[in-house]
Amino acid sequence: MTAVHIPGKNSHRIMLYALSTCGWCSKTKKLLDDLGVEYDYEYVDQLQGDEKDAAVRKVREWNPSCSFPTLVLDNKKCIVGYREDEIREALQK
Amino acid sequence: MKEQEIDIAEIDRLYERLFGEAEGTGYHLNPDVEFTKQLIKSLIINERRYGYRACPCRLASGDKQDDLDIICPCDYRDTDLNQYDACYCALYVSDAVRKGEKKAGSIPERRPPPAERKRETQRKSRQPADLPLPVWRCKVCGYLCAREQPPEVCPICKAKKDRFEQFV
Repeated sequence: MTAVHIPGKNSHRIMLYALSTCGWCSKTKKLLDDLGVEYDYEYVDQLQGDEKDAAVRKVREWNPSCSFPTLVLDNKKCIVGYREDEIREALQK
Repeated sequence: MKEQEIDIAEIDRLYERLFGEAEGTGYHLNPDVEFTKQLIKSLIINERRYGYRACPCRLASGDKQDDLDIICPCDYRDTDLNQYDACYCALYVSDAVRKGEKKAGSIPERRPPPAERKRETQRKSRQPADLPLPVWRCKVCGYLCAREQPPEVCPICKAKKDRFEQFV
């Protein structure tokens, strides 16, 4: 596992697949930081070789177009893109 | 990380240049300067990392031929500006967003998945028509010209020669 763990309020299991260069990814990451929730994230563009391929496969399972940010909640729900309202609502449940 | 260390002056220089080129050709950079400069920094990072300015919001393969369509400005900018008032990463926005009448948001990915992109390229190769010269189309802005070879740089959007396709 190459994901970075961010400690915080434990409400959901949150995995954020992001690009270190992407503006919408940083906004999504900042939203999670502001909400103070516990989450893991991975900057897929900073991975190499097998690690990168594995991450891409994982993202594709949830989001076939493999776009970023891809946020996976509790291994059940996936939110693609910086959808602030949708993310806030899903995390409140 | 080392690649994240980009001189502010370098970001400002590229910002000024892209701003001038955009405004001079009917395009607009996102008026949220902080957000825009962050994207420009990312373009510089990608230029160092891959050798070309791949879209900051897409995962580049590192193979230039595969990534041609997502070199900024990408092939999808015009369509996204028309439909969503911003390009995919929102570096470029419509006049309405520039004036503050609309807001740029995170939009769906329009770039087809790899298998479809391959099919698209095959479909496009067709027989040249009976013309004295071939017609070349800039895939970034749609500029057309009839000449032996496409220009080195698109006179409209400044995209490089390799972004042209034979149209007729």
